[in-house]
Amino acid sequence: MSTATITAPIGKTGADEGRIGLRGNLRHIGALVRRNLVQIKNDPETLFDVLLMPIIFILLFVYVFGGAIAGKGNQQEYVQYLVPGMMAMMGMNVAMAVGTGVNEDFRKGVMDRFRTMPIARSSVLIAKIVVEILRMLLATAILLAMGLLLGLEIRGSLLEFAGSVLLSTVFGAALMWIFILLGLSVKTPQAVQGMAMLVLMPLQFGSSIFAPTTSMPGWLEGFTKVNPLSNLADAARALINGQGALAHPALITLGWTVVITAVTMPLAVRKFRSKT
Amino acid sequence: MTRQTISTRGGNAVEVRGLVKHFGAVKAVDGVDLDVREGTVLGVLGPNGAGKTTLVRCLSTLLVPDAGRAVVAGCDVVRQPRALRRRIGLTGQYASVDEKLSGWENLYMIGRLLDLPRKDARTRADEMLERFSLTEAARRPAGKYSGGMRRRLDLAASMIGRPAVLFLDEPTTGLDPRTRNEVWDEVQRMVRDGATVLLTTQYMEEAEQLADELTVVDRGRVIAEGRVDELKAKVGGRTLQIRPTGAGELDRMVGAIAQAGLDGITGATADHDGGVVNVPIVSDEQLTAVVGLLGARGFALAGISTHLPSLDEVFLAITGQKTSGAGTPESASDTHDEQAAHHAEVGV
Ligand SMILES: Nc1ncnc2c1ncn2[C@@H]1O[C@H](COP(=O)(O)OP(=O)(O)O)[C@@H](O)[C@H]1O
Ligand SMILES: [Mg+2]
Repeated sequence: MSTATITAPIGKTGADEGRIGLRGNLRHIGALVRRNLVQIKNDPETLFDVLLMPIIFILLFVYVFGGAIAGKGNQQEYVQYLVPGMMAMMGMNVAMAVGTGVNEDFRKGVMDRFRTMPIARSSVLIAKIVVEILRMLLATAILLAMGLLLGLEIRGSLLEFAGSVLLSTVFGAALMWIFILLGLSVKTPQAVQGMAMLVLMPLQFGSSIFAPTTSMPGWLEGFTKVNPLSNLADAARALINGQGALAHPALITLGWTVVITAVTMPLAVRKFRSKT
Repeated sequence: MTRQTISTRGGNAVEVRGLVKHFGAVKAVDGVDLDVREGTVLGVLGPNGAGKTTLVRCLSTLLVPDAGRAVVAGCDVVRQPRALRRRIGLTGQYASVDEKLSGWENLYMIGRLLDLPRKDARTRADEMLERFSLTEAARRPAGKYSGGMRRRLDLAASMIGRPAVLFLDEPTTGLDPRTRNEVWDEVQRMVRDGATVLLTTQYMEEAEQLADELTVVDRGRVIAEGRVDELKAKVGGRTLQIRPTGAGELDRMVGAIAQAGLDGITGATADHDGGVVNVPIVSDEQLTAVVGLLGARGFALAGISTHLPSLDEVFLAITGQKTSGAGTPESASDTHDEQAAHHAEVGV
């Protein structure tokens, strides 16, 4: 066969083009955010988790279990207890969707299209995360609206209230990396969901989200102390109710946020690179 | 082997030397050399599993080759992937549009990702939909499109950025004839506009329609190459099929053709099951001569048609053996199964 000589002229210097600049990246992320939003518009059922879950859960817990948990006549206090806790849960449940979304993208050929285009590959992931954060904020807004209907009082300052939303959003965003990693690692979106449930259930119910942990057996109470969801719930409670210990649970939550991000983000990005 | 083609239109838009890509024991691409001159169409013809898709994926930066070099539109596929992506378009074998977006949204998104200003991205999306007769379906989700519509959308998406080099991986496999013709027209139009095209196919007919030159691949290797007419001459051109009104005429017709001793016509045969006479021909003149002869002898004809050799016949002529692949072109719906079946076969 022929010698491996190429006669075609190769770009002036033989060097590749530079990385895409910030403005270009932002434009691409914008186009991809739009893509994800239009997907939601075309298929509004994908918003059901965000729209309905807070409503159903809050009604379920306040009216069905609330009496048993908090005692009759204590509904007001239970709402004050439950709603901030559920803010912690919302992030986790919404973040799960990013895993199924990433998984679907890779199973369909559309990822191939992006990969042959002059865009930074990470912009596909970043756009997904941006949209998931928007969905999280929407879920939180609906939850709070429901809470207000049921008599929730924001007892902390506006700044403290904003802090509670920020804390749960930041933690939820960290969780997204876990789900992205999961979405890149398993074969089908259903598998993503199944595995995610396995993690979600114990974390949610083995926490202080729905009820104080003092009545739990010792080992479980010990678990709730390190469970980031418990700590996030406690921190959000302290911020919204304007009372209670804030520093300790907030620090543990932030610690988890940093650890989760530091561990799973590089893994997810590496996995994403190797697949692209 | 050295290539002696005298380029009339400048250099090569694609040059591949010793390209290798193995998947474990499967030598998907196993030392491929090829050139595509600027502004021309190269057809890569080969059976299922020959390595066509792997080759195209290497050339479009989706796979990193194990060895060898490839330069596309002046960019090295391994060392200059970013620059290369600005200059190519790819329509893969499997649709690569977002099924949850409408046709228009798909094209608009791609325009924006290619850094077109909003207004230009909008007009370009409209323009491409119009060109591929998708205007009516513009607002429907691509997931609801028929196979042919999806392929057209895919092609439109690849052409939005007016790429210098366009890769088309089996662009018409599984399409109905009308859609296939539309795709062919668009490809020809792209070439008229100055694009260079590398397309893979399992159909000799498609290669003849679109390609200036052909590279025949099998088991990851190039087994023949040249201009389409050269290869056609090598494999014996077309088959003229003549159907007389009465089936009893078949043998008399074969006799008449043999007796006439027309220039270059040998080997006319009667196909009694099909009720036709088959005559191998290599030129339109021969076609005219045979039909003229039969007319002059007073045979009543019910139909005539010409057929290009199938991929199997091409392979038989070139290598003296059957294709290694599944042989029959895959249909769009069961490609994955056939790929899997073929893969298993190679694995043993
Ligand atoms: N990702 C892969 N992993 C393992 N084997 C592969 C992969 N892609 C292709 N192959 C194998 O490589 C060979 C060539 O495949 P392909 O390039 O798809 O051929 P074609 O497109 O000509 O049908 C086949 O045997 C196929 O099974
Ligand atoms: Mg293929």
